[in-house]
Amino acid sequence: MNVTQREPVLEVKELRTQFDTQDGIVHAVNGVSFTLNKGEFLGVVGESGSGKSVTMMSLLRLIPMPPGEIVSGTAMFNGEDLLTLGEDALRKVRGAKIGFIFQDPMTSLNPVLTVGFQIQESLKIHQNMDDKQSRARAQELLEMVGIPAAADRLDNFPFELSGGMRQRAMIAVALACNPEILIADEPTTALDVTIQAQIIEIITDLRDQLDSAVIWITHDLGVVAGLADRVLVMYGGQIVEEAIVNDLYADPQHPYTKGLLGSIPRLDQKGAELTNIKGQPPNLYSFPESCSFAPRCPYAYERCWNENPPLLNVGESHFASCWWDIENNRPRYVS
Amino acid sequence: MGQYIIRRTLIAIPTLVVISFVIFIILDLAPGDPTASLPLTVPPEVRERIRETLGFNDPFLIRWFKWMSQMFIAEPLNATEQVFNVSLGDSEERLRILSWSSRAPVIDTILERLPQTIWVLGTAFILGVLIAIPVGVISAYKQYSAFDNVGTFVSMAGYSMPVFFTGVLAIVIFSVWLDWFPSFYDTTHKVTDFDSFVFQLKQMAMPVGVLALFNAAALSRFTRSSVLDNLNEDYVRTARSKGLRENRVLLRHVLRNSLIPVVTLIALQIPGIFAGAIITETIFRINGLGKYLIDSILAADIPAVQTLTFIFAALTVFFNLIADVTYGLLDPRIRYD
Repeated sequence: MNVTQREPVLEVKELRTQFDTQDGIVHAVNGVSFTLNKGEFLGVVGESGSGKSVTMMSLLRLIPMPPGEIVSGTAMFNGEDLLTLGEDALRKVRGAKIGFIFQDPMTSLNPVLTVGFQIQESLKIHQNMDDKQSRARAQELLEMVGIPAAADRLDNFPFELSGGMRQRAMIAVALACNPEILIADEPTTALDVTIQAQIIEIITDLRDQLDSAVIWITHDLGVVAGLADRVLVMYGGQIVEEAIVNDLYADPQHPYTKGLLGSIPRLDQKGAELTNIKGQPPNLYSFPESCSFAPRCPYAYERCWNENPPLLNVGESHFASCWWDIENNRPRYVS
Repeated sequence: MGQYIIRRTLIAIPTLVVISFVIFIILDLAPGDPTASLPLTVPPEVRERIRETLGFNDPFLIRWFKWMSQMFIAEPLNATEQVFNVSLGDSEERLRILSWSSRAPVIDTILERLPQTIWVLGTAFILGVLIAIPVGVISAYKQYSAFDNVGTFVSMAGYSMPVFFTGVLAIVIFSVWLDWFPSFYDTTHKVTDFDSFVFQLKQMAMPVGVLALFNAAALSRFTRSSVLDNLNEDYVRTARSKGLRENRVLLRHVLRNSLIPVVTLIALQIPGIFAGAIITETIFRINGLGKYLIDSILAADIPAVQTLTFIFAALTVFFNLIADVTYGLLDPRIRYD
């Protein structure tokens, strides 16, 4: 069965997050809506500062508050809205039902506590395991993520492990309680390519075994192409395109996505010139009243400057927030 | 770890020998005459003979070696004899470090006065740490809250005002105006029942309070900034993402990391506490080591000054070692080999 037709596990609607800084309010996430289905692998791509991480961290309210603030939106998970859930109830979701893997394995583990302790901690809290049980389970987890001599590694401190090993330990922490959703925030960015491939394999294997849904945040379109079922493209704190992975690569509908794909060298088009997206990423100090990509967009016309396009249906399970129909070279008409 | 402690202790020995030498040089260069405080009726020939018997006219190195042998051989032997009630060799002939002004053995005087100093200083120090760390942690966690602002104000005030000012201020307010506490510390007071215990607490309140405030002020600011640094670390977010309670995040994850630099400051503060004690003991007339040091300096009682200064130096070296060992307990990245 196509994963996009499976029942949704997480439904995010109109999420808005902003940060109150000394220089003014930064509108980091501006009305993001998406659905995650059971067992689905959802890729989230976008350049630095496009709001990918903040969106996902807002779901579990992991952004620092203050200065961060979730202004509006809902995130329905198992019939509960994560954004308004009480602290205690939210804690029962964090780590137990939604696991989070962070970007930098060098700093994401506590340097003064053993790897075993950090994995066992969530098992003890969420599954009421005692020391012995949780230790056995932690060892099992480390074996699952491919750490050799797992029993000995439990007593190691993070600084005694290599970067790849630490990220595996981080994955073990996130997976400890068999979460329904695994959010991986650029889990391979800080690692070299061979380790990256191994980590990707571990996570896809685990997804198949546990049937968890995975949200994979990255700026590497290549990784997403090989892994994801569906892709969200983010720009300026908004989703600009959403599509099944093959549709996105074969038929990008948003000029930004097109630009991104055009900037990747391809093996089958030897000698073809790489294009770049001219201009700078938007500053987020003002709420987008127009299309935030308009200043860099070769297709921008009057409407783009006056009205921020919503996500428009441009094909089967394919959405793009753009007023211009690139294919037919005419404005996109909305009913 | 055991090996490390032994090695550090062995390294401390030459350090202390050098320290004692430096102290000796400085004291020797300082002007002063042990007979200066004698009545003017004492004729110069007598003064000269007194100097002679005290060994004041011996060459510098001889005096230093004599002091060393007394400090490191004679006194430890005496102590062993007293503790185990045995006689080791020629205990009658053995020379002890004698005070030039009282002619009593310096070590005995120090032992007499040590309890007062330990009571006041120790309590003030422990109280200071016990106040500073929770205040620092809460201030950081609730940054810019009313608690933080009050804490910042009190810390700044406590840190900017020297002990000789707050001490006198406390006496004026609490002894003179309010008449709550006695203005000086009675070292002969013995705790025998509840009432005398209450009196002991009352007379300790001001010196301990003044010193504790001073110690806590700097320490709480330092703890606060260290906790703030750590609260922004990625591992805190990881801990929260696991569904841990906030107090567990703070106490299990943040506190231990934050205390690593704080331990250094505590260790570095200890010599300063002795300095503070000298002033505090003088203000509140506590017959402790600090007061003894001041009296000895005024009387040009070089053996006493030398011995006391040396003991302070040895304690500083000792607490540095304690700090290094505590580091290792808090931070697994530090290895002792």
